[in-house]
Amino acid sequence: MFESKAGILWIGGIGFFALAFLSNALVPVLMYRDLPEQTAEEVVNARVMYQFEDLSRRYPEAFQAAFGEPTEEKCAEALRLGRQVYIGEGCWHCHSQFVRPVSNESRRFGDVAKTEEFQNELQRPVMFGTRRVGPDLSREGGRRGNDWHVVHFFEPKSVSDGSPMPNYPWLFDGDPEKPNRRGIALITYVQWLGSWLPSYPYYEEIEADRE
Amino acid sequence: MSSSAPSAAIPAEIPRHEDLVNERLVAWYFIASLVFLGTSMLAGLHMALQLVHWNPCPDAELLSPGRWRMVHTNAVAYGFLANAFLGMLHWTVPRLTLRPVASSALSYFIFGAWQFVVLSTAAGILIGPSLQDAPWVMELAAKYNISMSLGAQGIEWGETPVWIDPIAQVGLLLVAINFMVPISRARGPMYVTLWYFMAMFVWTFLVYAMGNFMSEYWVGGTSGGAVGGLFIHDLVGLFVTPLGWGMMYYFVPILLQKPIWSHGLSLVGFWGLAFFYPLNGIHHFLYTPIPMFLQYGAVIATIAVEFVVTTVIINFIGTVWGQGKSVYRSLPLRWFYTGMIFYFLTCLQCALQVTLTFQKLIHFTDWVVGHAHLVMFGVFSLWLFGVMTYLFPRLIGRDWWSPQLCEWHYWLSTAGVLVMAFDLTLAGIFQGYYWASLQMWDVSVDGSMPFWITRVFAGLAMLGGFVCFVWNLVMTYRTAPAKGAVAAV
Ligand code: HEC
Ligand code: HEM
Repeated sequence: MFESKAGILWIGGIGFFALAFLSNALVPVLMYRDLPEQTAEEVVNARVMYQFEDLSRRYPEAFQAAFGEPTEEKCAEALRLGRQVYIGEGCWHCHSQFVRPVSNESRRFGDVAKTEEFQNELQRPVMFGTRRVGPDLSREGGRRGNDWHVVHFFEPKSVSDGSPMPNYPWLFDGDPEKPNRRGIALITYVQWLGSWLPSYPYYEEIEADRE
Repeated sequence: MSSSAPSAAIPAEIPRHEDLVNERLVAWYFIASLVFLGTSMLAGLHMALQLVHWNPCPDAELLSPGRWRMVHTNAVAYGFLANAFLGMLHWTVPRLTLRPVASSALSYFIFGAWQFVVLSTAAGILIGPSLQDAPWVMELAAKYNISMSLGAQGIEWGETPVWIDPIAQVGLLLVAINFMVPISRARGPMYVTLWYFMAMFVWTFLVYAMGNFMSEYWVGGTSGGAVGGLFIHDLVGLFVTPLGWGMMYYFVPILLQKPIWSHGLSLVGFWGLAFFYPLNGIHHFLYTPIPMFLQYGAVIATIAVEFVVTTVIINFIGTVWGQGKSVYRSLPLRWFYTGMIFYFLTCLQCALQVTLTFQKLIHFTDWVVGHAHLVMFGVFSLWLFGVMTYLFPRLIGRDWWSPQLCEWHYWLSTAGVLVMAFDLTLAGIFQGYYWASLQMWDVSVDGSMPFWITRVFAGLAMLGGFVCFVWNLVMTYRTAPAKGAVAAV
């Protein structure tokens, strides 16, 4: 059996694969089957709408051209596109999206990650990430203003000394004041991260304390 | 049964090597793999330069380091490793089964299709994001409810854009058919190498489907993370690893001209790997919201793998015992055994880093990146270089143009990866402490700088080794056939 073709194909090839699949993939799937996946429309909330409207006021022409009016539907559309930009540009290879219960991470970033937060369309595939060249972003929403983000994405070094994060000038029409459709969508997405939590992070307060 | 002399089932006449192996195709696969390895190294170098502020063109959209980083890992997995392994399979499987592959036409078709998959993956990753908000893309997405992007898919090591996945999936099926036909026709006991290859054909197909389709269309969120972890891990453990070990079980006894030391240990190694390796998936996402008991399970299975690996290493040391000098003298053997030492180191590292205590400190840091290079370059690439060093003279029909350049290739690659792995492991420890002690983020970035600069130079050494190899290869092709072709062993 251990050296026969049938043994290797059925037991090793299919059987052991299936065992791992059952125990490591299907068990969590079954455990969370009562938490239905929310759509992008359902996860739009007042805080991210506030940021979306703020973007429309700050950059009226660019916003008008990209999304028209800042409605909730448009906000969901922006979240979907923003997430695709986040994936396409490889942000998730430098930033994680989960806060661990160890190593003082909840003091640095905010609440420890919970399953419910990830049961939505914008986390399929999930954006946990495996590397932090830059900080975790799962509690980034509201931590910085939109004006900070535009400048930061246009050229990170100009607001964050010595930042190794790449420039993204193609998310703008030549000027940080003119984010294009992809740029506005990405900023909306970043502002959404963590906006569902009961309290906003206190990161900048920590920074202020230190100074 | 020993590899070079299948005893029980020898047909009346042993078929001639030329009727079994399509040497041209083997060479093509190796050359394609080298092209992608070069591309991938340049891509890695680009990201490494970005991190140390030496990115030569920071504002060029198509040269964005984030995109090239994804090309880096994908070109290595699907361009370099897959192509090189396919070439190796075209050599070993027919020779072990004494039967040619199912269809030579199919082989050529697969070759073309696979290059298409790799190239369009790279094109998709690089150009796709620029088209992200083009109206026709948005329309397609709305109409067919597919993921909106033509660019990378958000799955680590599965960045192959969603529109290429089905093609790759069919390609994997065809590969399995092409090689399973001769294997299933072969009579008599099967050699260890074929155990690994057979299981791999099943695994790779299933793993690819699971990782790319399930996480995209079916399960998201936390359980999607579990599937993603299983995918990353199985791709290494059920695709690259069985191919690598199957290859070692074939080439090492041939070069040493003696059988593997212990058949029993070979059995333990194979079945231990098959059982424990797939159970490791979740160890990539420890301390996530994935249920803790599953995380503990993955940790224990991972430690079990290290014991299995140790039996395999012992088996190969037993095989070479008493013939240590040949590892010195024969360059291919030296590649193989160096890779094995690195394998042992990687697995030792793995047994430590998987514990929750280590995870607190090193997860998310450069430690993991060091580990990834040690196993992907230090082990599997080194082995493949060994196989290529051994086979190219036979494929071309003449000796290496310059044995010295072969030595340079060996020493630059080995030293490069050793420095890189050590450097990044250390960097990881520093980063872990900077973060845990709540220093400002830039402190950790500035503190990483010396390590990142060292990494650039280590990468340059690896690239330099590669250039020596390619140059040697070109010169070997160009020189007139030497005194009599090298006999195929
Ligand atoms: C090379 C790795 C790298 C890539 C790729 C990258 N970043 Fe960053 N990011 C960093 C680093 C390092 C920092 C910290 C320094 C700084 O503020 O610029 C940072 C900081 C940030 C911050 C500010 C966090 C804070 O509040 O302090 C945000 C937001 C951000 N990145 C978003 C993104 C997005 C969105 C992308 C993709 C378009 C991206 N990053 C791509 C490395 C990266
Ligand atoms: C010229 C030599 C190379 C350089 C400079 C280089 C550089 C890099 C860089 C900068 C990263 C990103 C690390 C990060 O996210 O912080 C990376 C990731 C990676 N590289 Fe390389 N690389 C090189 C060669 C290779 C080779 C030859 C292989 C495989 C055979 C390889 C396999 C990987 C893998 C698997 C990762 C992903 C690591 C992870 O996500 O943990 N690299 N490399």
